Amino acid sequence: MNHTSVSENKQLHLPKNFIKVLILSIVLLGICVLASLAFGSRTVGWNELMDGLFHPEVQSHGANVVRQRIARTVFSLMCGAALGVSGALMQSVTRNPIADPSILGVNTGAALFVVCGISFFNIGTASQYVWLALAGAIITAIVVFGIGSMGSGGATPLKLVLAGAATSAALSSLVMAIMIPRSNVMDQFRFWQVGSVGAGDWNSISLFIPFLIVGILIALFTAPALNALALGDEAATGLGVRTGTLRLVSAFGGVLLCGAATALAGPIGFIGLLATHVIRLVIGPDLRYIIPMSALSGAIILTISDVCGRILGSPGELEVGVVTAFIGAPILILITMKAKMRAL
Amino acid sequence: MINESMNLIMMGRIKRRRRFILVTSLLAIIAFALCSTMLMLGNTIYPVSDVIRVLLGEKVKGASFAVGTIRFPRMVAGVLAGFAFGVAGHVFQTMLRNPLANPNVIGITAGSSASAVFCIIVLHASNAFVSIASIIGGLATVIVIFLLSRSTSFSIGRLILIGIGIQAMLNAAISYLLLIGQQHDIPTAMRWLSGSLNGAKMENLYPLMVTVLIFAPIIIVLGKRLDMLELGEQTATSLGVATNKTRLVLIISSVLIIALATAATGPIAFVAFLSGPIAKRLVGVGFSSIIPAGLVGIILVLASDLVGQFAFVARYPVGVITGILGAPYLIYLLIRMNRKGDL
Repeated sequence: MNHTSVSENKQLHLPKNFIKVLILSIVLLGICVLASLAFGSRTVGWNELMDGLFHPEVQSHGANVVRQRIARTVFSLMCGAALGVSGALMQSVTRNPIADPSILGVNTGAALFVVCGISFFNIGTASQYVWLALAGAIITAIVVFGIGSMGSGGATPLKLVLAGAATSAALSSLVMAIMIPRSNVMDQFRFWQVGSVGAGDWNSISLFIPFLIVGILIALFTAPALNALALGDEAATGLGVRTGTLRLVSAFGGVLLCGAATALAGPIGFIGLLATHVIRLVIGPDLRYIIPMSALSGAIILTISDVCGRILGSPGELEVGVVTAFIGAPILILITMKAKMRAL
Repeated sequence: MINESMNLIMMGRIKRRRRFILVTSLLAIIAFALCSTMLMLGNTIYPVSDVIRVLLGEKVKGASFAVGTIRFPRMVAGVLAGFAFGVAGHVFQTMLRNPLANPNVIGITAGSSASAVFCIIVLHASNAFVSIASIIGGLATVIVIFLLSRSTSFSIGRLILIGIGIQAMLNAAISYLLLIGQQHDIPTAMRWLSGSLNGAKMENLYPLMVTVLIFAPIIIVLGKRLDMLELGEQTATSLGVATNKTRLVLIISSVLIIALATAATGPIAFVAFLSGPIAKRLVGVGFSSIIPAGLVGIILVLASDLVGQFAFVARYPVGVITGILGAPYLIYLLIRMNRKGDL
């Protein structure tokens, strides 16, 4: 009797509100998708939307616009999910509430490699950017974590952020040095530098899928162990977790996700920070639920930001990287103002 | 016995004073040598006699234009900006008791770059207007960051984190502006992202010159109190320093000279951050290293500008060179601070 109740507890211990949050998120996601399909420099009506989605034989202008936007929407959902999960992973690996690829300087690392690729190897296609940006992201992440976790106390938020900012500053000097004598590179690069999902097409989606799947699988498999890590290194070791390996694997997953997203969409900041914090506030600290929900909320936030950018910037568009920075940075500031400095 | 120890103390003081004077004059000589090199060196190399004649106002064929109109303003811009960055950076580092505190961190740079880029790309404004806007932008950013990080207790960590948040927003805005800008505006705008002495003109330098001439002496006079502030709030108060007033005057003076220097040359990366520590290490303790810091700033800017102009096939603006020099030092400093557990 006792035994069954314990095992029941183990399996069915859903965080409170989880079902409500899940349903709400899915509804929101649906609204986002529809909004993303409908809004833009040409806003389409409901009928055209339905035509475009479900009646492939209708060839009205509006329907074609909707079909064009499908790829972009899918791409932004995937990027958002990847960045959300990556934020959750990095925050728990570093046990640090403000770890986010953009704050840790990973984006600048990717940028440096992309610039090198454009300048020295005449690389111009997304499929080639990916590998370069990924390599840049991974190397930078290792360096930043390395610097940030030196000394006593491990990787505290302040140390990590400073290491990230310093590395970013160093790398962006290099980016400038490479770019300034080459005006054609500057012209290509400034389009990459503002994160945007506008370039998302089926080609980039198919490139992205493997990274997304591997990254999310890593996240899901390491989630229980990361829960133990949240108790502290010693407690986790006592519970039978190999903390070193765990850190390595999940950080790799996190970097893989954000590196691939950065490579394809350009640097989009703060999604990881926002998505995870909102979810953690609502459903509590259990990573087995936080990770999938972060994917969902990341997708929602990124897609909403993209739609907002299209509405605000019409007839053109405001790139989503700009929108997320303007939503995310105030949140970072709020977290900082609320946090007791001893915790930083 | 007492006499003996007094003697020892006096000896030490004399020794330190000798070192201070020696280091300062050496730095001044190097700075002067770099100034002269900048005037002589270029596509055509002019002998010292020609340069002196131009500076005395005589007409020398060719040299009058090259030296008088191009190289001299460039040199003056470098000297003023280097001095301003060096002095103000040192003030911030000493006052906040943290080698990482510098105008980059507290957002002056991002603020003035963002407003300058906005004026260039969106408003197509004139040079003078862009300079004024960049000063206002820089000051506004500093005020916002200080207001946000004001809390029950002041903490440098909070200040830095909030500064990073604000800068993320400003940088996003800059990238967006660069994206929508027309291609011919982009190079002008880039100047505001990496400092450069190119195209310096005397008439644009007068505001900076006046500000430096007014506020640098104030900072130098307050130098002794600055060193006492470094000992901590309570010690400084008991030594008779009006801490809040001193701090306010120092902050306003250094923010102003940095804002004007940024408006004149763009943000020359890391000079403000590097000069203080280098000067301190050279001078040692016991004497205020404000003037040496300013001299180191001048040397860094002029030397980097010479390197940027002549060492490579392409001409690099000075900010790129100082950035590449400064970044490794910043990372080294972080590693050292982390090891010691200062953060």
